[in-house]
Amino acid sequence: MKILIMGATSAIAKATARLYAETGAELFLIARNEVRLEELVADLDVRGAKISGHLTLDISKTAGHKKALETVLSSLEKIDLALICHGDLPDQAACENSFKVAQKAINVNGLSTISLLTIFADIFKTQGFGSIAVITSVAGDRGRQPNFVYGASKALVSTYLQGLRGALLPHGVHVIDIKPGLVDSPMTAAFEKGPLWSSPELVAKSIVKGVSKKRLVIYTPGYWRLIMMVVVSIPELIFQRLKF
Amino acid sequence: MILDSWGRYPRTIATVLEPLDGPALRRLLQAHASEGKIIPRGAGRSYGDSALAELVMSSRFLDGFLSLDSENGIIHCGAGVSLDSVLRVVIPKQLFVPVLPGSKFVTVGGAIAADVHGKNHHIAGSFCDHIVGFNLLLSSGEAVYCSETENTELFHASCGGMGLTGIILDAKLKLQSVPGVFINRRSIVSENLASTFEILEDNNTNTYSVAWLDCLAQGESLGRSLIFLGNHASNPNFETRTRRGINVPVTTPSFLLNKYSMGLFNSSYFNLKKLLHKSDTVNYDSYFFPLDNIGNWNRLYGRDGFLQYQFVVPSETALESITEVLKKVSAAGKGSFLSVLKKFGKANKNWLSFPLEGYTLTLDFKREKSLFPLLDKLDEIVLKHSGRLYLAKDARMTESTFKQSYPNWEKFLELKKSIDPENIFGSLQSDRVGLTVENDRKENKGRKKA
Ligand SMILES: Cc1cc2nc3c(=O)[nH]c(=O)nc-3n(C[C@H](O)[C@H](O)[C@H](O)COP(=O)(O)OP(=O)(O)OC[C@H]3O[C@@H](n4cnc5c(N)ncnc54)[C@H](O)[C@@H]3O)c2cc1C
Ligand SMILES: NC(=O)c1ccc[n+]([C@@H]2O[C@H](COP(=O)([O-])OP(=O)(O)OC[C@H]3O[C@@H](n4cnc5c(N)ncnc54)[C@H](OP(=O)(O)O)[C@@H]3O)[C@@H](O)[C@H]2O)c1
Repeated sequence: MKILIMGATSAIAKATARLYAETGAELFLIARNEVRLEELVADLDVRGAKISGHLTLDISKTAGHKKALETVLSSLEKIDLALICHGDLPDQAACENSFKVAQKAINVNGLSTISLLTIFADIFKTQGFGSIAVITSVAGDRGRQPNFVYGASKALVSTYLQGLRGALLPHGVHVIDIKPGLVDSPMTAAFEKGPLWSSPELVAKSIVKGVSKKRLVIYTPGYWRLIMMVVVSIPELIFQRLKF
Repeated sequence: MILDSWGRYPRTIATVLEPLDGPALRRLLQAHASEGKIIPRGAGRSYGDSALAELVMSSRFLDGFLSLDSENGIIHCGAGVSLDSVLRVVIPKQLFVPVLPGSKFVTVGGAIAADVHGKNHHIAGSFCDHIVGFNLLLSSGEAVYCSETENTELFHASCGGMGLTGIILDAKLKLQSVPGVFINRRSIVSENLASTFEILEDNNTNTYSVAWLDCLAQGESLGRSLIFLGNHASNPNFETRTRRGINVPVTTPSFLLNKYSMGLFNSSYFNLKKLLHKSDTVNYDSYFFPLDNIGNWNRLYGRDGFLQYQFVVPSETALESITEVLKKVSAAGKGSFLSVLKKFGKANKNWLSFPLEGYTLTLDFKREKSLFPLLDKLDEIVLKHSGRLYLAKDARMTESTFKQSYPNWEKFLELKKSIDPENIFGSLQSDRVGLTVENDRKENKGRKKA
């Protein structure tokens, strides 16, 4: 299996890449931090992956996307799975105080992803097969007071994926939206953890399963589908007063 | 956050730092050194307080492999890599980890820092006897490579050094080639302690051996046990697929585990096994890690947690001292859910390593007030027979017990003063046993105390 991972050094991406490595997959990795990317390359190699290439890239700079993907294609040739994992959880208060902060988060989570998806769509249409997988978040299902800028940026991508899925269907391309709940990763290092939290390794397992079963939207762990069903069904009149 | 280790006692408030790589670790070390003692931490599978301090430096994200040289059987990995991950990677190459403790979830860093032992100590020694070398980050921020030949003193102090010399960043482990990863297991029933010893001695050419004691048995059958011998099966099977376990999702009320339920467990287990076939071939997972199959089994002991009491006594008086211990435990009416007896081979050169030639017994006790005086009495027996307690399991031994039984403590302290004069590294345990308080008082008045 030939796999491209964007934001490969994220905890969830790393755990997912390790599962694929055990199966002997061929990987191309793109991430921002060079030291950690090099370390990950060595790690996945030991775990059984074939690393066909890696690249450091600030994914928020969309101007570099085209060239990066040309490099990817020149070594992978075809892509069975493109997985987008990078993301940024901004401070909500800071976002409310400054549009610049909000813009940055919306750009990283939302626009940069859409730029990648535009190029992926082209590649996958041409090859006529494969899966495009994007990690969004349950936070995109409803705008909540503690993180609605993050939520909005993820909702942007989820909505986009809904349309893209249909557009790529006739071309035999599968699009999966992955919505994790609360995951104990570097992104959430500052949070107190409780019983609803899960590990990147657990999320990784459901990503691999979701991709192989060609699921369209997954919540991970699965109970988040229920939780979000409840959250979404609360009438706006009441919801506006909720602080969670 | 509130933090504890496997025994869930003691509990402390700690700031847990989770650096993503070496440079970040150095930055965090520098930034936090003045806030209190820092202790490295792996998977937190030690039982007591050796991985607890005000500040905890977790190796959670130092979990990558650096290289695998399958020809020479050497794996180089980050300190946070679990033995489970190592096994998964090396088994397909027909290699195996030469020393395995009873849980595969421990990290390589933790296994070095406690110089852990397995069921084959009498043949293979302990974990660090198979360590080629490691990079250790000192309190100064400098990283040094330690091995049998480079920085030798630091190597022998850090192997079994409970994280007090610095933070192990990555390590090279020498693997073992094996005919296969299935284990031929033979179970033998012994009717009392003397026969348990005899059987273990008579079978000491078997690679692995361990005895599960029914520690509630009294009188004639005191020390009766089930002995499991193991050898690698010659069937060349190198499968890593493991069983799916069950999980204890919540902490159960501790009254579920009392002397009666444990008695029931111990004797029904004993009788059940007695009826079972005597030889079988099992996957390495079931042989080495039976407990890992029940996720979070430590929750069965309830909110108050539990203590594991593990000691070793020299061979010459082992029968006598272990009889004495079992009698005390039995007289006190305290049950131990698990009581495991193993034979140890010769001690190695590491300064604070636990194993010495003799026998080691492990007992689990629910934490309750009346337990502590009993354990103090057991300490006396162990000391009287020139034995000692395992730091990786300990949550309560006194400074004097420690210093009487670990003769290299002075040498260790001297080195510690030279490489970490301000006691930047220290744990609740090291304070308690007197490895970090003393010079703290003299030289380091300015630092914030808990
Ligand atoms: C079910 C079970 C069975 C067990 N069976 C055995 C057994 O058979 N034999 C045996 O010997 N032990 C056994 N143990 C104990 C266990 O092997 C040791 O406590 C081991 O040290 C735990 O490793 P850890 O990664 O969880 O370390 P932690 O518990 O996190 O830390 C233990 C010690 O190692 C130090 N440490 C951790 N990482 C580093 C690092 N990177 N650099 C420097 N110091 C570090 C810590 O400071 C601490 O002092 C068992 C434990 C369990 C839960
Ligand atoms: N953790 C959760 O609770 C949770 C919940 C729902 C969804 N998610 C989503 O899951 C995905 C993975 O997150 P994680 O939990 O694994 O956290 P993580 O380890 O912090 O991963 C986030 C990754 O995004 C990368 N990144 C951010 N901005 C980037 C940029 N401009 N260019 C390149 N890379 C960039 C980061 O790179 P650096 O390492 O270089 O900073 C980091 O590797 C994210 O999309 C996140 O939004 C997480």
